[in-house]
Amino acid sequence: MPVIRIAEKPVNVNEEGFMTQYDEWNEEIAKELAAQIEIPLTEEHWKIIKFLREDFKVQGETATSRRVQTVGGVPVKEQFALFPKKPAKKMAYIAGLPKPKGCV
Amino acid sequence: MTPSIVPNFGSESTDRKLAIICSKGNLDMAYPGLILANAALGEGVETMLFFTFWGFDMITKSRMNDLQFSPAGNTAMHLPGHNMHIPQSMMPAPGMTAVATHMLKKQIADLDVPEVPDFLDQIVAAGGHLWACRMSADMNKLEMNDLRDDVEGIISASDFIEMTEGAQLLFI
Repeated sequence: MPVIRIAEKPVNVNEEGFMTQYDEWNEEIAKELAAQIEIPLTEEHWKIIKFLREDFKVQGETATSRRVQTVGGVPVKEQFALFPKKPAKKMAYIAGLPKPKGCV
Repeated sequence: MTPSIVPNFGSESTDRKLAIICSKGNLDMAYPGLILANAALGEGVETMLFFTFWGFDMITKSRMNDLQFSPAGNTAMHLPGHNMHIPQSMMPAPGMTAVATHMLKKQIADLDVPEVPDFLDQIVAAGGHLWACRMSADMNKLEMNDLRDDVEGIISASDFIEMTEGAQLLFI
């Protein structure tokens, strides 16, 4: 698996560029990942990213859009507004988590 | 160290479109169209659903909470987690549809997949478009106020074909 430099740190990623080591992530890295896919991070974005990080720690897998709505409390419509077109994957990418596995 | 790798999330404006025709009103056959519509929207694909014949029940207010699953005639049906089949001759027994519907709803809920009306809420929130079939509405003597409020219109088959020009199409 490749190692790349993000926010001055070496970071393990998969062949698509998603981070593979939960503990290598920090907020500086998140900012740089978000900038690379042209998402300016606001408080609302951070709320979702922090939910995804906490949820992954407990569940061991990345929350789907559905779960971000039902458990994280951010409606699907808002997720699409904050992370346009492909919210589930973009949220996971910035949060340093794998793509969600669930279908819904 | 490898140079930077950024996932390809595609361009902001994709012209990929998906049209899904939902023609079944059984609980089990309502889901494939909804799951695929939801997945397509999550990938940034413009998605339109057309509800026709029995699929009309999915958007009819008086019916949408009461879709059922019958194992009768479904030779693939087996008990969850087992390979054991119940003989088809027993399937029409009284209460069998209620039991099977209850079991299927539980299995779906266990996966945190929403019930049909909630699922359509999510699809509309994600930008999906719902359309109702003119002929089905006429046959069932239904009008717009009998349907979910987010159904955009009752249209003919030719209207739907026209508005989905260039789309990939699924008939379920």
